[in-house]
Amino acid sequence: MINTILRNIIRFIVLVLVQVLVIKNIELGIFINPFIYVLFILLLPFETPKWMLLLIGLFLGLTIDMFYDTMGMHATACVFMSFLRPSVLNWFSPREGYEYGMHPTIQYLGIPWFLSYSAILVFSHHLILFFVEIFRFSETPSTLLRVLISSLFTLLLIVVSQFLFNRKKEEE
Amino acid sequence: MRNLFLFIWRNYFIFLFFILESLCIYLVVQNNYYQHASFLNSSNQFAASILETSANIKEYFYLKDVNEKLAKENAELRGKLFVSFAVTTNNTRTINDTSYHQKYTFTSAKVVNNSTNRRNNYLTLDKGWKHGIKNNMAVFTSSGVVGQVKDVSENFCTVMSLLNSKTTISSKIKKDGSYGPLSWDEGDSFNTATLHDIPTHVRLAAGDTIVTSAYSLTFPENIMIGTVEKFERKSGQYFYTVKVKLSTDFKKLSHVFVVNNIMKDEQEELEKKSESDTKNNQ
Repeated sequence: MINTILRNIIRFIVLVLVQVLVIKNIELGIFINPFIYVLFILLLPFETPKWMLLLIGLFLGLTIDMFYDTMGMHATACVFMSFLRPSVLNWFSPREGYEYGMHPTIQYLGIPWFLSYSAILVFSHHLILFFVEIFRFSETPSTLLRVLISSLFTLLLIVVSQFLFNRKKEEE
Repeated sequence: MRNLFLFIWRNYFIFLFFILESLCIYLVVQNNYYQHASFLNSSNQFAASILETSANIKEYFYLKDVNEKLAKENAELRGKLFVSFAVTTNNTRTINDTSYHQKYTFTSAKVVNNSTNRRNNYLTLDKGWKHGIKNNMAVFTSSGVVGQVKDVSENFCTVMSLLNSKTTISSKIKKDGSYGPLSWDEGDSFNTATLHDIPTHVRLAAGDTIVTSAYSLTFPENIMIGTVEKFERKSGQYFYTVKVKLSTDFKKLSHVFVVNNIMKDEQEELEKKSESDTKNNQ
């Protein structure tokens, strides 16, 4: 239990640092803005209480907002994403349900499951984020394009990072 | 009642979600100038059309005032014409045209939204980056200082009014040049402001003129701010705190000028450079 909490805290710090120190500085134009930090919410254990999920989302969003100087925008998107997570998990649950001790990762549930699960959540996060950022509907087509392309990049980064850092656990 | 609580308890997740989400949106709107502007002011297209119409109508009522002001300004400008100098004095003839560089350019704009009764007041003008407006440009009318551009969209810009807790304007007393920061403090109404840090050896009198000083990067020198209403020295301090009666009538604003300081970047760069040089030498 304490091990899980510690691991999540470290993951939180690492992901936030990667986001604000590395990815923030890589400027690939306005259409490609990956936000890999949402991986933190994706990887939270299945047993996380729902209310805690929302508060964690809020906290994560506000932390990112502090570095991006966009008070509240990332928080809005993260809270929305945390809100969707339980329903999405329900949707994709295997026939016999999730087993105790499982984690929502590629290693436990396979690539197709992980991809569809994270694609929906990442897309919804980016959708809210970019629309709150632009704050009007008159540029909807270009905003949607931004959402789509950025989501794809975020997903790519997430999957790559999963393969890079989670293999160790299997060997243990 | 019990059922209500039960209902809320059963659906606490959704309620909590809505509470947190509204908190987030509140934060967004409060802390980001663009969203603030489009949420409360006139970049929001629906509100813009209404406000613009109402500004158009309001304009008619001020036509007489505006005309008078324009006529006065015309007369004043005519007085400054090169021709009118050349006739009366010999000195002006020696002035060579090339010795002047244009430092400021002016854009006129119409006020489409304005507030005077909040602690932090903003105005919205009908000129945006399409017309060359940038952040931090100074805004004034022929009667005095108005504020500073805070945020710019395509066709509109929001201006942090002088009537804002965050405003400070470097100003001076016209007759002897002693200067201090002017701010809009608690207890100031829509037609007064407070000038701080005027040393006590200055001989102040009610009615003295306060203008902008040359130390400001945004405002040109000698733009009217107001007149001294009263001044006091708090015990133990060596400075006067001066209550200034503003010359601009913020309740009647309709046409304003936006000032672009062409040499601002050059000056800023130079100052930054010498600052960092001193730091490096230490």
